[in-house]
Amino acid sequence: MATAAAQKTDHTAPYDGDGTAATAGYERAFDAAVAADERIEPRDWMPDAYRATLVRQIAQHAHSEIIGMQPEANWITRAPSLRRKAILMAKVQDEAGHGLYLYSAAETLGTGRDELLDKLHSGRQKYSSIFNYPTLTWADVGAIGWLVDGAAITNQVPLCRCSYGPYARAMVRICKEESFHQRQGYELLLALSRGTPEQHAMAQDAVDRWWWPSLMMFGPPDDESQHSAQSMAWKIKRHSNDELRQRFVDICVPQAESLGLTLPDPDLKWNEEQGHYDFGAIDWTEFWEVLKGNGPCNEQRITQRRRAHEEGAWVREAAAAYAAKHSETGATRA
Amino acid sequence: MTNTDWPLWEVFVRSRRGLSHTHAGSLHAPDAEFALRNARDLYTRRGEGVSIWVVPSSAITASSPDEKDPFFEPAADKPYRHPTFYEIPEGVKHL
Amino acid sequence: MTTTVPTTAALALGDDALVLSHRLGEWAGHAPVLEEEVALANIALDLLGQARVLLSLVGDEDELAYLREERAFRNVQLVEQPNGDFAHTIARQLYFSTYQHLLYDRLATGDGPFAPLAAKAVKEVAYHRDHAEQWTLRLGDGTDESHERMRRACEALWRFTGEMFQPVQGLDVDGEQLRSAWLESVGEVLRRATLTLPEGPQSGAWSAGAGRQGLHTEPFGRMLAEMQHLHRSHPGASW
Repeated sequence: MATAAAQKTDHTAPYDGDGTAATAGYERAFDAAVAADERIEPRDWMPDAYRATLVRQIAQHAHSEIIGMQPEANWITRAPSLRRKAILMAKVQDEAGHGLYLYSAAETLGTGRDELLDKLHSGRQKYSSIFNYPTLTWADVGAIGWLVDGAAITNQVPLCRCSYGPYARAMVRICKEESFHQRQGYELLLALSRGTPEQHAMAQDAVDRWWWPSLMMFGPPDDESQHSAQSMAWKIKRHSNDELRQRFVDICVPQAESLGLTLPDPDLKWNEEQGHYDFGAIDWTEFWEVLKGNGPCNEQRITQRRRAHEEGAWVREAAAAYAAKHSETGATRA
Repeated sequence: MTNTDWPLWEVFVRSRRGLSHTHAGSLHAPDAEFALRNARDLYTRRGEGVSIWVVPSSAITASSPDEKDPFFEPAADKPYRHPTFYEIPEGVKHL
Repeated sequence: MTTTVPTTAALALGDDALVLSHRLGEWAGHAPVLEEEVALANIALDLLGQARVLLSLVGDEDELAYLREERAFRNVQLVEQPNGDFAHTIARQLYFSTYQHLLYDRLATGDGPFAPLAAKAVKEVAYHRDHAEQWTLRLGDGTDESHERMRRACEALWRFTGEMFQPVQGLDVDGEQLRSAWLESVGEVLRRATLTLPEGPQSGAWSAGAGRQGLHTEPFGRMLAEMQHLHRSHPGASW
């Protein structure tokens, strides 16, 4: 259950006379469960660092879903057909839903959603840097679906087997729902690629702009990745950044060919020996700069999020006040 | 910023008639009526349910994981509760 | 159904749904709480679905949505009103969904050309009405601030409500009967929300008419400009 506040102190173990020895016993049980590929559940004992790592990762993931609504919502009011408009609205709605699933998962670890949102709004927690790029044309909606969601799915599918139960279950649900996100993006780009010359050019331009940032979504190279090794040991993470990035490139190259679009990398070529595509060097300076806050939309995204939250405060207060007046199981119980 | 932190609710969804409600996840809502409606929008927007329960998370009492052994292990050594415990001569039907 | 589609009525109802759906879509990423992002999008999607069915009875849905000029749209002015704060959006929802629910409920029981659509839509709209009612209660009877905002919103939109009860060619409903049922229903919700039915006139003083006659309010032109620009920039393209 997600009523997590009390769980951390819930150490009423079979008493063995010595607190440290008890913790050591828990730790052995935790390690054994992880080693046996069992799931860790909210009320189980877990190392503080495991809990902190999960909260950080799940929160970042949740924040990415809700900030990620913005670049696509930017086109809802301009979608060029009613069919596309319905698809896009449903997709942006899913992202809000996925944010909610993930915040719930984080709450099982004892951190409330308000606290996490606070950290997002004050810049103490991050979201995926990919959403700091702008959606300049309609084709960007397609490129996000194909490349950004494609990269996200590549990252997320292994998370369905993450050692922490609530996170893994949220990911199962999310991956199931997201399968349409990538396909609609691909279909959108295909329609443009096969459309008028202007539409084709629009699609190519979008892919040119989104390709490299999508590759950066897998995070820094393995030898520079801070948290990777421990996360792998805890089975929060199942594959390394570079491994997943390579998998994504291998998937995308033939898909781009079918689209009739090119990927903006002259070094991209099949490596017979490796059985993979070689690709060019990623501009990690850009990655770190965007991460630090210097991307084209960092300021805009967080400002909009903060404003929505602040302008909504009176609404949330009203509902809580009404509940306090009218219901026994309302906000007063919280 | 006081009092805007809506309480947490656990959501149970019956996916179709004949099945039990199962835990689907949780959400925030100011009261039970909105918890139900938010649950409908969040957990059944692809037709995943025919009935929903919502329960304030604070109202749930859970067994402690540390009681795992006393709580659940005694049940593991009572095989006579399971039908496979009993030997029945071959050919006896409808049993 | 192919024999007698009352074009005027299909456009009126279709445009109502199309335009309100568009306005609700503008909330994406701006809602006061995340749960409400999901709820508003659900309502917008229901309405968009209704719009597509209705417009398709008349012609090509995209041509009708994207290539008509402002004066050719037949939606009531109420649905094109800008979102304003959340109270304005909820007041607009309460006024419109109560009307739509009463209307579709009547259309669903008949054997007219809209009966199949109305039978499906009436269930969707019942939920929209309930959503608006729940929020009206909470905003009206919440804090002093929310009460005042909700009161102002109900007042501000009141003069757009009369138009919904005008006779529409091809719609076999009694406008005055609809109005009194609507007043009773909305009045009851407002009363429970510690608010009162506004007292002013339910329509503006312009004898030329309003949305059903293709006369709209100024923000509508800009809404259409945004909605139509991409489609119109690529004549003949498919998407």
